[in-house]
Amino acid sequence: MSWYLSLPLIIPFTTAIIAYLLRASPAGRWVSVAGSGLGLAASIVLMALVLDEGVVAAQMGQWAAPFGITLVADLLSAVMVLITAITGFAVAIYAMGDVTEAQERLGYHGLFQVLLAGVTGAFLTGDLFNLYVWFEVMLIASFGLLVLMGGREQVDGGVKYVALNLISTIFFLMGIGLLYGLTGTLNFADLALKVEGVENQGLLTVVAMMFMVAFGVKAAVFPLFFWLPAAYHTPSFSVSAVFAGLLTKVGVYALIRCFTLVFDHDIAFTHTILLWVACLTMVVGVLGAAAQSDFRKILSFHIISQIGYMILGLALMTPLAIVGAVFYLVHHIIVKANLFLIAGVAKRLTGGTEVYQIGGLYKYAPFLGVLFLIPAFSLAGFPPLSGFWAKYIIVKATLDIEMWFVAFIALAVGLMTIYSMTKIWAEAFWKNHPDGVEPRLSGLQNKWAQLLPIGGLAALTIFIGINPEPFVQFAEASAAQLLDPTDYITTVLGETP
Amino acid sequence: MEQLLSVLIGALVAASVYLMLARSLLRFLFGLILLSNAANLTIFVAGRLTPGAPPLVPDGLDAPAGVVANALPQALVLTAIVIGFGLFAFALILAFRAYQSLGTLNTDEMRVAEPEDPKS
Repeated sequence: MSWYLSLPLIIPFTTAIIAYLLRASPAGRWVSVAGSGLGLAASIVLMALVLDEGVVAAQMGQWAAPFGITLVADLLSAVMVLITAITGFAVAIYAMGDVTEAQERLGYHGLFQVLLAGVTGAFLTGDLFNLYVWFEVMLIASFGLLVLMGGREQVDGGVKYVALNLISTIFFLMGIGLLYGLTGTLNFADLALKVEGVENQGLLTVVAMMFMVAFGVKAAVFPLFFWLPAAYHTPSFSVSAVFAGLLTKVGVYALIRCFTLVFDHDIAFTHTILLWVACLTMVVGVLGAAAQSDFRKILSFHIISQIGYMILGLALMTPLAIVGAVFYLVHHIIVKANLFLIAGVAKRLTGGTEVYQIGGLYKYAPFLGVLFLIPAFSLAGFPPLSGFWAKYIIVKATLDIEMWFVAFIALAVGLMTIYSMTKIWAEAFWKNHPDGVEPRLSGLQNKWAQLLPIGGLAALTIFIGINPEPFVQFAEASAAQLLDPTDYITTVLGETP
Repeated sequence: MEQLLSVLIGALVAASVYLMLARSLLRFLFGLILLSNAANLTIFVAGRLTPGAPPLVPDGLDAPAGVVANALPQALVLTAIVIGFGLFAFALILAFRAYQSLGTLNTDEMRVAEPEDPKS
């Protein structure tokens, strides 16, 4: 069944080609939706397969690991692929009410599918250099989406996004070169075995720091996040939703993968740095959000502060903390993508995203108000929504090892999150529109294409919130795999080490 | 030979950092291409250098006889060059578009997406 691993990659690439060829006709968007739906089905089957058989690995072109390219799915990879497909499906539907025909003619749907393929590939690969290639696939597609039909704002944000991401890419590449020089391999499983035998452990830590910087830029952690608030509020709403949901999380995933599997030789040093980075990311992100007044800029800074929680889980490196990080990843992607989709509806109803210049949404579109409150409260960590459990596990993990100050920061940042959500609520929803506009949902074009994905993602948030048991158990199993990678290594290398 | 290439990599990185600290976007891009070349050389040197020994398999054998050059880093570098070229081409066009629509290549003046006074 191992051939099955390539399906979640083949489907978006095929869809991308067909959607690109049909870009001038309205059929293109349906191809995109159908392809995303197929991808979702494939990733559900992959998930079932991994739950059933444990870690699954496939060697591309029959070149045995560690020489060939390996695709491998453990529980973390499988759930990330699944959540990518869910987000991709939701955004593909939403795009029918958001993306203009001019953007479609330039190949929006093709680029979007390539982006999904790049993200999925990054989650599935078992090889460091291959991870670099998937990063590039993802990056070039995101560059294209960011500046597609762009005006001055998009080009301006795009320049910063492109520049800083290219630097991170080169750091990653240099790290790969040095790590290869030290160990002679680039296969994750093989690396996990070989790093112990490296004589110069100090140099290995240096290489680890290069990877931390490279993935840190992608994950937008403090002090490497400046490209994110410069760019994420500029493109069309479906693009920024999929960016917000998925792109930074690929960086977090790469950090988790590398710093549990490969670079666990000097945890006292590397993970202490991660701990500081996590705390500062949380605080700076949420303070940045408090200073903003644009719907999407507030949300962009919240991405940064939430990334801090996930890095915190990784930095603590206790079983419970990793459980929290995995749970947080899944919860965050759903909630964050949803909030950006809602921002899009709010913009179309009220004519802007600057919260002081819009309003009246609660009075004339109360349904949208409800849809906003669900992910907003979930983000801030209100029970019984998914964010409550995610935060609860992380904070409990810090309390368990008596890091009172870190726990205090995590809780205080949660409180600050509510503050800026309240700002959006009070300004955009509660007060009347300053220009007397009556933002009614009935005035929305392609109403259901926009509201269905929002409602679906909100329902998923509630479902995880009121029924967290299976998800926590899943995260526990996933964390156990991350902390004891024996299964992963034997499955990939096909022998007992 | 390794030492010589290491010094060259150091010089490339130093030059690229100098260029990338400039305000001009074009200088930044030149720095970027130097840095990516430094990265490519790093991979090349990290695979160890074996001059004058191409990794060819002689007739009648299954594996090359004796010590030959490591072909893997070269394959990696080739991939990295192609990808880097594509990204750089995109970045150049973006810089050109930025100059057309923003009228400047000075990154300090690029404040359209993040205006200093958001309310104006």
